[in-house]
Amino acid sequence: MATDRALARRRFLARIGAAGTLLTLSGCTKLSQKPWVANLLGEVEKLTLRAQRLFAGSHALAPEYAEADIAPDFRANGTQDPASDAYSAHVANGFADWRITVSGLVEHPLSLSLAALKALPSRTQITRHDCVEGWSCIGKWTGVPLATVLAAAKVRPQARYVVFHCADNMAAAGDVPQFYYESLDLLEATHPQTILAYELNGAPLPVKNGAPVRLRAERQLGYKMAKYINGIELVTDLSGIAGGRGGYWEDQGYSWYAGI
Amino acid sequence: MPSWQRIFGLAPPGPVIVVRRHAVVTRIAHWVNAVCLLVLLMSGLQIFNAHPALYLGEASEFTRPVLAMTAWEGPDGLKGYTWIGQHRINTTGLLGVSNVEGVATPRGFPAWATLPAPQWLAMGRLWHFAAAWLFAVNGLLFALWAVWRGHLRRDLLPTRRDLKALPHTVIEHLKLRFPKGDAARRYNSLQKLSYLIVIFGLGPLVLATGLTMSPTMDAAFPQLLWLFGGRQTARTIHFLCAFSFFGFFLVHIVMVVLSGAWNNLKSMITGRYVIEDNHGD
Repeated sequence: MATDRALARRRFLARIGAAGTLLTLSGCTKLSQKPWVANLLGEVEKLTLRAQRLFAGSHALAPEYAEADIAPDFRANGTQDPASDAYSAHVANGFADWRITVSGLVEHPLSLSLAALKALPSRTQITRHDCVEGWSCIGKWTGVPLATVLAAAKVRPQARYVVFHCADNMAAAGDVPQFYYESLDLLEATHPQTILAYELNGAPLPVKNGAPVRLRAERQLGYKMAKYINGIELVTDLSGIAGGRGGYWEDQGYSWYAGI
Repeated sequence: MPSWQRIFGLAPPGPVIVVRRHAVVTRIAHWVNAVCLLVLLMSGLQIFNAHPALYLGEASEFTRPVLAMTAWEGPDGLKGYTWIGQHRINTTGLLGVSNVEGVATPRGFPAWATLPAPQWLAMGRLWHFAAAWLFAVNGLLFALWAVWRGHLRRDLLPTRRDLKALPHTVIEHLKLRFPKGDAARRYNSLQKLSYLIVIFGLGPLVLATGLTMSPTMDAAFPQLLWLFGGRQTARTIHFLCAFSFFGFFLVHIVMVVLSGAWNNLKSMITGRYVIEDNHGD
């Protein structure tokens, strides 16, 4: 009978539909483990970058806040203390011997002490820190615009990215060291609010927030803002550094572009 | 109550006519949207789980969330709590603490509700943003088409008669009695209003609050922060939007099933919809 056939067909289609839905959902988890899927989804990052640059350009400023908005305790995330012997020795003598090198594709490689950095013109900004996890915290940062330091080192025309090398080792004890690192392109690196910060809320940067110097890139998420910086390197491309994706968290699968 | 024959659309009581119900643009946009919303909701819960708490204002006042899911190791094992303001609800097994491969684990939403299932923020974000682009483009194209080709004016904007009939339509829906015959050719007033609110209200709102969470968008359009009362408030509204979509989805599914699952489903695939021919009466 036609009705029986129709009924059977409908049952069959309903089962296909139900199975399809279940497969899709558990399938998405399975798919997530395939590198080509992550790469394909990651292509969207380029679209997001282009769209956001179209609106924000190179100079749109992140909102700045009032003193009253500052959080009493600025939440620290990631490494709270690099705790290596070398780092602890620097903490003990107030970072008097700390050096930040500027190397790679520059005309004048630099090695800056904390005092030399503080002697440069500074910028103070009360900004909102947005963590990739979803929370926000407001703090007052003082530091040297990265553009000033880059100008002093005279960036070569081939340079496209600024890489920040850090003193915190992310690898487990006994494993091959994996130091935290991050990178920005030159547009974001020379943004007026991108600073090498050495003060938080008017006091020297605490250890948990990245002493003695951390990056502030106010249009980006927190993981871009490397702490415990001891080296700045200008490069043409990022593939030769560590996992090759431009940062410690990027090497773990996070997007390089972190404006969203 | 509708009989099961009615639900499956197997035994139309009398003569029927087949009408063209949904344009091909509507049908494509509908299914693209359905897939996007599912991926967005589940990957959104994955992202939420990275910090399962919501706040009001610009920044997070960590001691005063408006909603939070926490885990607490008590004398009789791990307990999951959901806090609404200062009000604590034991939600062990579902929110705060749920089983991951048989082991009670602290997590906001359970693994079966998140994409991907395990705690994996980076991948959740990749799925979320890919689906968000598709959702936005699909929604925008549909909205432009609906305005341009008169779908909005003809089928979605309620007429004065619709608005007058609204109380009656609400009562009829509550009694699970749905329009038949010629009346079923058009969307009824409740359908019109809910589709309008979802497409032109909830859709743009969920997009705008999502973009307000982006620090670069806040630099480009600081008005967004002013509009929503700060980034954390925007995040809270975004969460509420997601669950409004989910609530719409549940009611939508119930309505689709009760008013003739097969006929409705078929009409959203082929465009053809069967109505009772009441002209002979």
